[in-house]
Amino acid sequence: MATATEQWVLVEMVQALYEEKEELIEEWQPEPLVPPVPKDHPALNYNIVSGPPSHKTVVNGKECINFASFNFLGLLDNPRVKAAALASLKKYGVGTCGPRGFYGTFDVHLDLEDRLAKFMKTEEAIIYSYGFATIASAIPAYSKRGDIVFVDRAACFAIQKGLQASRSDIKLFKHNDMADLERLLKEQEIEDQKNPRKARVTRRFIVVEGLYMNTGTICPLPELVKLKYKYKARIFLEESLSFGVLGEHGRGVTEHYGINIDDIDLISANMENALASIGGFCCGRSFVIDHQRLSGQGYCFSASLPPLLAAAAIEALNIMEENPGIFAVLKEKCGQIHKALQGISGLKVVGESLSPAFHLQLEESTGSREQDVRLLQEIVDQCMNRSIALTQARYLEKEEKCLPPPSIRVVVTVEQTEEELERAASTIKEVAQAVLL
Amino acid sequence: MRPEPGGCCCRRTVRANGCVANGEVRNGYVRSSAAAAAAAAAGQIHHVTQNGGLYKRPFNEAFEETPMLVAVLTYVGYGVLTLFGYLRDFLRYWRIEKCHHATEREEQKDFVSLYQDFENFYTRNLYMRIRDNWNRPICSVPGARVDIMERQSHDYNWSFKYTGNIIKGVINMGSYNYLGFARNTGSCQEAAAKVLEEYGAGVCSTRQEIGNLDKHEELEELVARFLGVEAAMAYGMGFATNSMNIPALVGKGCLILSDELNHASLVLGARLSGATIRIFKHNIGTEFHCVGQTGLELPTSVDPPALASQSAGITDMQSLEKLLKDAIVYGQPRTRRPWKKILILVEGIYSMEGSIVRLPEVIALKKKYKAYLYLDEAHSIGALGPTGRGVVEYFGLDPEDVDVMMGTFTKSFGASGGYIGGKKELIDYLRTHSHSAVYATSLSPPVVEQIITSMKCIMGQDGTSLGKECVQQLAENTRYFRRRLKEMGFIIYGNEDSPVVPLMLYMPAKIGAFGREMLKRNIGVVVVGFPATPIIESRARFCLSAAHTKEILDTALKEIDEVGDLLQLKYSRHRLVPLLDRPFDETTYEETED
Repeated sequence: MATATEQWVLVEMVQALYEEKEELIEEWQPEPLVPPVPKDHPALNYNIVSGPPSHKTVVNGKECINFASFNFLGLLDNPRVKAAALASLKKYGVGTCGPRGFYGTFDVHLDLEDRLAKFMKTEEAIIYSYGFATIASAIPAYSKRGDIVFVDRAACFAIQKGLQASRSDIKLFKHNDMADLERLLKEQEIEDQKNPRKARVTRRFIVVEGLYMNTGTICPLPELVKLKYKYKARIFLEESLSFGVLGEHGRGVTEHYGINIDDIDLISANMENALASIGGFCCGRSFVIDHQRLSGQGYCFSASLPPLLAAAAIEALNIMEENPGIFAVLKEKCGQIHKALQGISGLKVVGESLSPAFHLQLEESTGSREQDVRLLQEIVDQCMNRSIALTQARYLEKEEKCLPPPSIRVVVTVEQTEEELERAASTIKEVAQAVLL
Repeated sequence: MRPEPGGCCCRRTVRANGCVANGEVRNGYVRSSAAAAAAAAAGQIHHVTQNGGLYKRPFNEAFEETPMLVAVLTYVGYGVLTLFGYLRDFLRYWRIEKCHHATEREEQKDFVSLYQDFENFYTRNLYMRIRDNWNRPICSVPGARVDIMERQSHDYNWSFKYTGNIIKGVINMGSYNYLGFARNTGSCQEAAAKVLEEYGAGVCSTRQEIGNLDKHEELEELVARFLGVEAAMAYGMGFATNSMNIPALVGKGCLILSDELNHASLVLGARLSGATIRIFKHNIGTEFHCVGQTGLELPTSVDPPALASQSAGITDMQSLEKLLKDAIVYGQPRTRRPWKKILILVEGIYSMEGSIVRLPEVIALKKKYKAYLYLDEAHSIGALGPTGRGVVEYFGLDPEDVDVMMGTFTKSFGASGGYIGGKKELIDYLRTHSHSAVYATSLSPPVVEQIITSMKCIMGQDGTSLGKECVQQLAENTRYFRRRLKEMGFIIYGNEDSPVVPLMLYMPAKIGAFGREMLKRNIGVVVVGFPATPIIESRARFCLSAAHTKEILDTALKEIDEVGDLLQLKYSRHRLVPLLDRPFDETTYEETED
């Protein structure tokens, strides 16, 4: 038995420990919740657009021709789309007040899913209420911890977040470099042979974009499909830029290359660019797509798309189906400005000539990203003063896996006339010369 | 049986300890079901919790424990379902039973299977049986009454056919239309229509690029005023508001303390942030338990942290305080460096439990331990507080004490999207660093207008008292509906002021039966089971609305009563004595015993 003294020592020790803890708690100083943002942060003060952000738009009080919104087919301002949305608003009100599972499924949603599936010639489509959440929810619905995803280095941020949420092993291959992808696939194959039991349950995915948001380039889909069957990896294709743009009927990159759409396991795109609505969709075979109805987090746990936006998307699809010529017009316009922008000293055009969104990068970086951004912003500002609305492509510099160099993003729409395209190109040329030389 | 006198009085501080001890032994709201059953058997059936000191109003929250027999039968039910599931899988495997589900392409049969087998076992064999209770398509405004498209299945729910009939005027107890702003007439609709005609439906750009409309600026300024904070920012999707902004606030080396029942969006946001996540127990609040309406003479001298640390072990606040204390004392695992910052994630109203966060205690703890507080008011904004300002106003607290005020526009405002409000530095930071602001298309203009008009209406800026009446109506409806259900003998979870009302069904077969029986009687309800709830705690959930009239509620209650008898859902072993009819005194306990 412990003597009284021993007991006393013990009590003192406990007390000391307790006091020490209190002291630690007293002393601890957390970092501020957020670090201060410098007043001149380039992204702090947004452009203010008064009125509709359509073809001619008022940015910071000045009327400009819009070369920045992804309104490729000019459907944002389309009276038919507006009328359809309005009719829906008058029937359903604005919000849905619930997720799809709990009385948030409207007949319009079912119609839209049906129409999208038919348009894309797939078995099934599923809609999300937010473009970003579409691919970001779709990837983790299939790819789990332990699975392997091969992904292009230039993949957009939504894909990166989807991959992060999936907690799968991520293997980056060089942008559009099929040899590099095959090298990784081969490495994996060798790895698999060492451990066939594990390989039998390790799913493999290749995630690519149709037209890359960050580079304006197109993915080499035929080769990807070959690799898919050779190495038994499924392809997920993000088509936010290419849907409603590429192909004879605007079905995207599969139609562009004439590839059987069933060879692609999952296609995802948002309805915020060509369709000029809000939200996104995935399409493919029912075997694949239906799974998202219980496992797509952004689908299950989020309020459904406001019916008026679904109605707008349906009407936009109608217009696309009725005027298949629109895609050729867009392509022609892309080619025109692409050509006109070649040979500006100091700026280079990055992106395919058939891409309606492409980048203007500095030919030679000044060495500091900040300085580059400032120069490009100067060009954007001056163009804005001369009635051409442009914007820099914005990125979260610390969060991007492979940060693209700073650039001005030029967006072509069918509404821009030949003269306007000409004028935009010459304005950019003049301004760039003034700023860069 | 009768609780010991010390166990049920919170009016005198001296008794507080006895009360705590009692709570420890008996009142653990235990999520693990076997323990719950055991606890139920031990006898304490009904506990309504209350708190003094920090609370300016009575805080009555109840989670009656699962009766033992019910728990056992529930397990048996799942057991039978699982056995039959295996049997049918076996039959399907040998092609004795026809396979209805979609299959892999022939060309890809040799690929690694896309799904894990177990994942689908549940869907195939349990969910499929009662699938008709979800995703019911509607074809009208999701108001107090709603039109549902009739559908039929000839292959046991594997596929549905629309008959073309419309079930008209179904009472809507499922939509989150708390204040009744889901309407297709009136000022909100007119304003939204005008903006739609002017602006169009979409935006086609992000906030940071060229998708920042004057309407967005107007909205954010209004939201800040509504919340009583310095600044606010609005986002296109409520779910993404959480999942895309939490990573902007915390990262590696930071600690997130998250309530165990937080919404999937908070969980995803926390995961994406890369911070360490620790879970604390949900609102169980057992330090004081009383039946009946007390809280009139609460001790005011209790010092807040002391109050929170009195009882040991079980309550959420203990759980939270212990985590906070340990986090600061021990620092990060392995490296033992101090945490950069600690962020507490809680929700205002929990949408599956119907409980309200114990905000006064959370704030006291957050202040004591210098943590930051992220409050998700998805369900509480508009629905709580005398003027609809949410849970902060409900408790009479200062919005300044909440570091990040998050909420959605989907529910009370009848629109879509979400917001974050707080100090100007916070919002400035989010404007530059939020994932949504940089990469996601901004809010649709007509949706923005709907939010602006409905919010102005709640604030009374439209020159009417309509908004205020709606808030009051909702509060009245809530109390009335909850009280009536309890009197009928159902087990109802949650806070008496929460417009989310879960009614416990427990058994898997009753999930489907309840949903179908209610629809037969022209009432649309939401039923939820595993995995949205713990496996034995399947429930039906009613969401009240200011648009519900007394007649609608009475009709609904009558039918619920009937179905409750039919399906034997009146599990509560404890009829609640109507509270307001008698003055509170010590004898109240005896009357509420069985």
